Amino acid sequence: MQTEFSKEQQLLRDIVSRALREKSPATAVREQMASDRGYDPEIWQELCGDAGLAGVHVPVAYGGAGGGAVELGIVAEEMGRTLFCGPWFASAVMAGTALLEAANEPDWQELLPGVAGGSTIATLVLDDLNGPAGVGGSIRAAGDGKLSGTAAMAVDAHVADLLLVTASGAGGLGLHAVEGGAPGLTVEPLQVVDPTRKLSRVAFADVPARRVGDVTAGTLDRIWDRICSALAHEMIGGAQHLFETTVNYTKERFQFGRPIGSFQALKHRCADLAVEIEIARALTHHSARCLDAGAGEPYAASMAKAATADAYMSAARAGIQLRGGIGFTWENDTHLWFKRAKGSEVLFGTPAIHRERMMTMLEGAA
Amino acid sequence: MTPDRIRREVSAWLDANWRVDRPLVEWRNILLEGGWAAPHWPEEWYGRGFTLDQTAVVARVFRERDVVPAAQVGPRGLASETILACGSDDQKRRFLRPILTGEHTWCQLFSEPGSGSDLAGLSTRAELKDGKWIVNGQKVWNTSARHADFGLLVARTDWDVPKHQGISYFLLDMRQPGVEARPLRQMNGHQSFNEVFMTNAVVPPEDLIGGEGNGWHVAKTTLSFERRGFSRRVRGSSLDGRKQGPIYEEYEEEIRIATEPYTWYPQREGRVDLVLPRARETAAINDPATRQEIAKLICLYAGAKLASDGAEARRKAGTTEIIPAGSIGKLAASVIARQASHVHTMISGADAMLSGPDSAADGIIAEVLVSVPAISIAGGTDEIQRNIISERVLGMPKGYRADQGPFRDIKRNG
Repeated sequence: MQTEFSKEQQLLRDIVSRALREKSPATAVREQMASDRGYDPEIWQELCGDAGLAGVHVPVAYGGAGGGAVELGIVAEEMGRTLFCGPWFASAVMAGTALLEAANEPDWQELLPGVAGGSTIATLVLDDLNGPAGVGGSIRAAGDGKLSGTAAMAVDAHVADLLLVTASGAGGLGLHAVEGGAPGLTVEPLQVVDPTRKLSRVAFADVPARRVGDVTAGTLDRIWDRICSALAHEMIGGAQHLFETTVNYTKERFQFGRPIGSFQALKHRCADLAVEIEIARALTHHSARCLDAGAGEPYAASMAKAATADAYMSAARAGIQLRGGIGFTWENDTHLWFKRAKGSEVLFGTPAIHRERMMTMLEGAA
Repeated sequence: MTPDRIRREVSAWLDANWRVDRPLVEWRNILLEGGWAAPHWPEEWYGRGFTLDQTAVVARVFRERDVVPAAQVGPRGLASETILACGSDDQKRRFLRPILTGEHTWCQLFSEPGSGSDLAGLSTRAELKDGKWIVNGQKVWNTSARHADFGLLVARTDWDVPKHQGISYFLLDMRQPGVEARPLRQMNGHQSFNEVFMTNAVVPPEDLIGGEGNGWHVAKTTLSFERRGFSRRVRGSSLDGRKQGPIYEEYEEEIRIATEPYTWYPQREGRVDLVLPRARETAAINDPATRQEIAKLICLYAGAKLASDGAEARRKAGTTEIIPAGSIGKLAASVIARQASHVHTMISGADAMLSGPDSAADGIIAEVLVSVPAISIAGGTDEIQRNIISERVLGMPKGYRADQGPFRDIKRNG
């Protein structure tokens, strides 16, 4: 199994990082988080249409770049670092992964090129965002294929041209393709803690849909692992950004006639954070390599998600605490990352859920 | 030289020279003359100027053929590397050979009751009287000091200059009336260390190493070898009874004496390996709260291993970035050990009150619980590691210091 990034992968990171620093500064994040749509279509076109970031993990035959979980993770990490606002995570990571894992050849040909090229904005609609075991109870597919039921929260569904919905029907749990704006479909934007990631309630009332594949327990686990690995990358990028800016702040802020970073109380907190982030980053990169190699611990993605969620929240708490009062203001940018950290901590399973999931994989259910 | 060629050369030499019926010291003298005792050393000092990778090839051949290597366990490795790096030709001539043959054992005389983390604040006194250095003071945490022939000693020779500048480094003969080593018992009952009392102990002038007032530089050299694992090296110690011959008995005794102080070190690291077996055996594996803590431990353990492997790979690839692997790894080891101790306590419940052969895992769990507090202190406290990470890696400013100026004026422990 790979243990380091290749030259090509480092180059990809450099390019993505440079583009995002330019296209997604904190001013742009603030502008988009205050908007209803939540992203800038021109920048979406540049990054996902022209530069191909939505198809980095999609096979070349379907319009992608042919990378794997490692390449997807690199993009996610840099997006998380800059808090990029846009449906990349919903469309490329969530919907793209669901299609690749659950659908088949004709649907790949029909649906993947749009997702990979950024011309289709897609999302994955799950009726439970806590864990795979809860998925499938609330949305039903009737004999004629029409969907009924509700998903309490769906990421970026308000801008989706294509909704991939897990619903139970005669053939068991399946993945169903629904067009945005289909009759009977209601997408109601929700008030959220983290305004850089938009959520909607999605209700289905006899909505026309097409079943594109089966979602067995194994399929759902694989989808979950890939999404969680990518999310861990997004989180570790954000954690590193917070950590670096916080350490820099302690070098510039003077109190009692000295930089506050010279006080051991702050230095030791930063050193502990460095260790926590280093461990989480190692687990995160490892999770993608395990997915690409089809080897390693079956619970590698859960280790990454649990450790990184905790490390991101540690960095977010320290980011505010070490800045003192200014860190708690709206004007200061720290809260933007704090809120993303909080949202990501609970999306696709809290750390406790992932720790139980890994113990179940390792030792069986309690 | 390629690994294959090294392998061929050392094998041919062993075919001609290795015999199990030679006395240990006689064999090692032959090994020394042959240039295979310390291949990474320079040619004029028993070596071949090999890289550490090339040296590892030689060590591998020795292990494969069950050949007894030069003496290397315990603090003697620190002594030989320090003397090689900083000593005079006369010192190298007198000391290196008996270290490699195993005739001399060594100990490190650095820490003092009054200077732990602040090693440079030491106050053992060495004064030049009638052409000899007279040493008075006390050292502590001295592994192997009770049976050591020589000690690596740092002492203060000038009290009127800043603290780092007034230190000199000596090679102390431990077998003299002015030196007394007493065992130091730890909270876990083991006696792995000693205290060493020096009362008018004598060091001849030719046993000052690195020059008067240059002791801090020499001490840093020793410490860098210690960090790189030149002490407590137990390679070649995998004796399993299938090796027959008089030389193995002598060798095994040498290893036993040198490694005896470290028998509890695995317990100090928390015995992560025993967590799942113990959890299954006690059915604690079914307790949701315990499962959470076990999972946290597994994440920490796996993540720290991956991070350290990654740092090692980048170092080998010649990266220029600052890799804080040492300090980060040491802090991580403390966190892991504490979490393991916590989990072992949860698993044992009330049984964690018991110790000894009838308690869990033949007393090992009890030993874990009372040994783990040492890991965040020994070899540099967690607090010192945090200073190193924050200042050298994160570039945070150094704090206020109250130990500048002549050492005589600095407040210290009475």
